[in-house]
Amino acid sequence: MKRVYVNEEWCLGCHLCEIQCAFANSGETDMVKAFNNSEKKPISRITVEDGADDIHFAVSCRHCDTPWCVKGCITGALTVNDNGVVQIDETRCVGCRTCILMCPYGCLTVGHNKTLLKCELCVENAGGEPSCVQRCPNNAIVFEDRDGVL
Amino acid sequence: MSINFIYPEYEVVRNEKRCIKCRACERQCANEVHSYDQEFDCMEAQESQCVDCQRCVTLCPTNALKIVKTNNRYRENANWQQQTMEEIFRQADTGGVLLSSMGTPKDYPNYFDKILINASQVTNPPIDPLREPMESKVFLGKKLNKLEFDENDELLSEIPPQIELEMPIMFSAMSYGSISENAHKSLARAATELGICYNTGEGGLNQDLYQYGANTIVQVASGRFGVHRDYLNAGAAIEIKMGQGAKPGIGGHLPGKKIQEKVSRTRMIPVGVDAISPAPHHDIYSIEDLRQLIFSLKEATNYKKPVIVKIAAVHNVAAIASGIARSGADIISIDGFRGGTGAAPTRIRDNVGIPIELALAAVDQRLRDEKIRNDVSIVVGGSIRNSADVVKAIALGADAVYIGTAALLALGCHLCRTCHTGKCNWGIATQREDLVKRLNPDIGSRRLVNLVSAWNHEIMEMMGGMGINSIEALKGNRLMLRGIGMSAKELEIFGIAHAGE
Repeated sequence: MKRVYVNEEWCLGCHLCEIQCAFANSGETDMVKAFNNSEKKPISRITVEDGADDIHFAVSCRHCDTPWCVKGCITGALTVNDNGVVQIDETRCVGCRTCILMCPYGCLTVGHNKTLLKCELCVENAGGEPSCVQRCPNNAIVFEDRDGVL
Repeated sequence: MSINFIYPEYEVVRNEKRCIKCRACERQCANEVHSYDQEFDCMEAQESQCVDCQRCVTLCPTNALKIVKTNNRYRENANWQQQTMEEIFRQADTGGVLLSSMGTPKDYPNYFDKILINASQVTNPPIDPLREPMESKVFLGKKLNKLEFDENDELLSEIPPQIELEMPIMFSAMSYGSISENAHKSLARAATELGICYNTGEGGLNQDLYQYGANTIVQVASGRFGVHRDYLNAGAAIEIKMGQGAKPGIGGHLPGKKIQEKVSRTRMIPVGVDAISPAPHHDIYSIEDLRQLIFSLKEATNYKKPVIVKIAAVHNVAAIASGIARSGADIISIDGFRGGTGAAPTRIRDNVGIPIELALAAVDQRLRDEKIRNDVSIVVGGSIRNSADVVKAIALGADAVYIGTAALLALGCHLCRTCHTGKCNWGIATQREDLVKRLNPDIGSRRLVNLVSAWNHEIMEMMGGMGINSIEALKGNRLMLRGIGMSAKELEIFGIAHAGE
C-alpha cells in the first residue's frame, strides 16, 4: 500500500507539514480561521522531531500490517480498513490511551475531545495525496508504495 | 557607542490578523530575523539582519508576510544619495573594502532592450516549429574552412574536437565552494537531461559528479584548484578562466569558513584555509604564454577536448579576442560586466568592464574582418535574462550563451545579493549543511530543465517567425536586428540599422 515516507536527507524542520495537517483536518476552508478563530488550535497528526546536529524527521502513523494499536484497542475504535489504512472511530474511543502506549513509533496523539488523533492518510479530506506530502516545500515527504516497508 | 547607526534597509511587515504563529519564518531564516515572543504570544522581527531574500515570504503558509524597503530617508540629495552615504558610513566604521554579490544592480543601459527582432511577412514565409523541421543543435569548436575528401568520398580532413549542444545555452561557471553541492548536482543533472553543458568553475569536480562528465566543462583558473589529470579528462571541454565579467582584473577569494571537508578534498587544499585565486595566471603574461597553457591542456587530454578561453568584457576586448583566436583556443567565452559573482568588491563590480552586447558585436566583427571567425566559437554570458536575449546574442554573432544568474533564479535565488555572507537561505551559495539541504536536486534539476526547455521553445518560435530554421542560419545574422533609441555610434558598433530603416 502507499504510505507517507519521510526522506530525512531533505527534511528541513520547517514544521509546515504539521500546520498543513492540522489545517487539512480542521474542517475549515481558511487556514487563518482554522488557527486564529477558535480557542483551541487544531492539532497535527504528523510531528516533526528535531534532534541534535540539525536532524529533523517528520513522524506519522506507519499503518503497520499488524498494528499493535488496533490489537490493544479496548473498544474496537481502531480498525484497519480494506485499503490497509488504520482508522479511528471517535465515537467509540474512550480515551484510555492504550494505543499510545502500544505504538512502537510514537505516532499517536490525543485530540481536543480527549479521543485518539492519528494520521488516516487524508482519506477523509480533499483526496489525492495527503496534505503534508502535497505541501512539503522540499519534497521530503512522499506518498509511495515501498513494498510493505514501514 | 558608535554614532554609526544605519536604519535597517528593509522592514518586515507582518499581517497580525493572518499570522498563525507557526514560526516557519523563524526556523527558515538563517539571518535570525524572526523570533517568537512567548510573553506577548506574537512574532517579532530583528529587521537589521534582513537581506530581503524572500524565503520567509515564500514559505509563510498564510501569506502574512511581506518585506518592504524602508521609507526612512536622509534628506534628499540627487548627488549624495542615501546608499552612497551609507556606504561611506560603513567604510568609515570598518576601514574595509565594500563587498557585493551577483551582478551589478546599477542602472546601466541594457542594449538587448534596445534591439528588436525581425519577422517574416508576405514575401518570405514564417516557419511553424511545431509542424516543420527546426534545429536548435549547435557545435562549439574550431570549424574548418574547407573539407577534403578522397576519391571514395571519404572524409580526409580531421575535424577538430567539438562540444555538441542540443540548444545554444549552457550553465556558466560557478564553483563548488561558491555554490553548494546540491546546486552543483542540480546543474549537472539538468545539463545531462537537456543535452547541454554546465561548468565546474574553479573549484574542482566533486567525485560524485564525474558521472555527468560528458555534460561538464571543467575549468582551470589562476588558483589551479582541483586540477589533475582525471579532472581534465572528465569533462566535454576545458575552460581556462582569464577573467570574470563581474570583477575583471581581479582574482577570487573563497573564505576559509566555506572550505569544509568535502570542498577541501575537491579543491585539494587544507580545511579552513582561504582559497585565493590570483588576479593573473602567474604563468601567463602574453598570448604566447596562453598558447603554452592551451597546448599543455590539449596534450594532457590527447587533443580530444576543445579548449575554451574565458575573458571578461573589457575596453579592448576585440583585440584580446583576436589574440586568443590565434593562440590555439577552440572557443572564446566572453563575460559581460553585468554577470554574477559570489563575491566581488562593490566598486569593481559596479564600474569595471563593458556590457556584453557591445563586446560581442565588436569581437564578432573583428574576427570576421580578420577572417579568423571560423577558428573559434564565441560563447557569451553576463546577464542573459530570457530567450529573446539569447536570440539577439546569436544574431549578433554568438554561437551559444552562458546563463548563470537565470539558472540560480530557477533554483530559488531571489537576488538578495548577499552570497558573500555564506548564509544563503535557499541552499545555493552556502556550505552550511542545514542550509544546503534546503535545495533538493530533484526539484532543482527539474526546474532548470523546465526553464531551459521553455527558452528553447521560445527561441524556435522566434526563429520560425523570421523564417529561419536553424541556429546556424541565425548566427551573426544582424540583418534580423534593428536598434531602437540608439545613437549612430552605438548602431555602428552593433552593425545594425535603426528601426524603420
